[in-house]
Amino acid sequence: MAKYLLLKHYRGIPEPVPGTDVPMDRWTPDEVTEHMAFMGRMIDDLKERGEFVDAQALSPRGAFVRYDGAGKAPVTDGPFAETKDLIAGWMAIDVESQERAYEAAAHLSSAPGPGGRALHEWIEVRPFLTDNSEVTG
Amino acid sequence: MNGSLRDEALKDLGPQVLGVLVRRGADFASAEDAVQEALLEAVRRWDVAGAADDDGTGVPADPKGWLVTVAWRKFVDARRSASSRAQREIRVTLEPPAGPTEQADDTLLLLSRCCHPALTPASSVALTLRAVGGLTTAQIARAFLVPEATMAQRISRAKRTVTGERFEQPGDVHAVLRVLYLIFNEGFTGRSGADDGVDLAAEGVRLARQLVAAVPDDAEAAGLLALMLLHHARRDARTSPSGEPVPLDRQDRSRWDTATIAEGVALLQGALARDRLGPYQAQAAIVALHDDAATAEETDWSQILEWYDELVRLEPRNPVVALNRAVAVGHVDGPLAGLRLVEALDADLPRRDAAAAYLHEQAGNLGEAGRLYAVAADAATSTAERTHLTKQAGRVRQLSEG
Repeated sequence: MAKYLLLKHYRGIPEPVPGTDVPMDRWTPDEVTEHMAFMGRMIDDLKERGEFVDAQALSPRGAFVRYDGAGKAPVTDGPFAETKDLIAGWMAIDVESQERAYEAAAHLSSAPGPGGRALHEWIEVRPFLTDNSEVTG
Repeated sequence: MNGSLRDEALKDLGPQVLGVLVRRGADFASAEDAVQEALLEAVRRWDVAGAADDDGTGVPADPKGWLVTVAWRKFVDARRSASSRAQREIRVTLEPPAGPTEQADDTLLLLSRCCHPALTPASSVALTLRAVGGLTTAQIARAFLVPEATMAQRISRAKRTVTGERFEQPGDVHAVLRVLYLIFNEGFTGRSGADDGVDLAAEGVRLARQLVAAVPDDAEAAGLLALMLLHHARRDARTSPSGEPVPLDRQDRSRWDTATIAEGVALLQGALARDRLGPYQAQAAIVALHDDAATAEETDWSQILEWYDELVRLEPRNPVVALNRAVAVGHVDGPLAGLRLVEALDADLPRRDAAAAYLHEQAGNLGEAGRLYAVAADAATSTAERTHLTKQAGRVRQLSEG
């Protein structure tokens, strides 16, 4: 088994499929409800398959923070309205193969948007580095 | 019996009792439920130190027999109520005559059921650890870093899958070998496992011992156990005090466990004497040759290469074997000979760049070695491997620039 992170981005991804990039705050309430229900069903399905590890949504309002020397307060920057890459949330899954990870990502990408049509949203798939090193030599 | 001793005993007995029930014809999932109930009852009743007292508490003289009786009764009761719900009679209620329990057969039957080809490797691993290893779902979940609910679901799906598959004969021992090796491999890590209480490498060894006891004539089963032991013997030397993995050629060989090496070598010799060579025996022979060298420089690479030739013959289409053989060729015939073989392999093969980097370094091409170590670090699948390769890149680059 291998763990993968399925990353949803608010922006900063390849060109959206034309006609699918209407921001969520312009959807109807029912469309938002349907979208959220789809996410819930997907998580239930992953749990039922024994593949679920974690799911988390992130607020878009974050800041960059860095160390500024001993005894000094951390330096903060942002939030940046124009940040190119902004992560919306993730699902972490533990699956048998990369193929299965891609299948799950494609399913996540088929979540309904405006008019109940699939969003075709780009999902970034990142393998976890494992803890164990295989037997060699 | 004190609590921890009792729990240890129950951990061993649970799978044995499960094996008896399955051999008597109980379906897997119901049998496991029944055994769990019997174990719970044992925990309740055996909680008194010393011998059985008047009201029947305390540890029975024959704990396994007690558990078999109780579990079988629970199974029969469950079947009865299930069948009455279904409004039909099922005649499974006759208890077979008590006889000597055939522990070895039971172990093999259970193992081959847990490693049934209808299951994915990960499902087999989880089910084997649960049903034969006697680990709790929570322990298995922790070992694989997934939520307990996820692991519970994975195990119950696996049980449903094998419950539909009825077979009386033990299946393919080779499927079992593969699953046990996967378990061992999962535990082959810098972490000792002491922090979370589950040592998967040790579990793999324990299960392989049970398998060898069940099929004493199987050369590959003995070969697998030998392979595990010969690796396991190095575990103390494999991790630095700060927890980082130490590569074979830089391990403090005085910290290798010589008793375990001796056991592995003896097992391997017994297996090889059967003259039915297989991949596990050949791999064990290679590890034994490494273990036999007092220093990395004394490694008998010529003999290792001969064993790789055997492995290639046994597994001609295994690219990992071909890659490892190329490294051995590099030691015997020089790094350039090894490199020619590496470069003929598929560019996407995992660790190909790491092997090429190593051989380039041996050949004195430090610039190319540094570049390839960095490429290999980028493609590494584990944190330890990535850290190791990143350091190699930095070290070689300093050498080439300094």
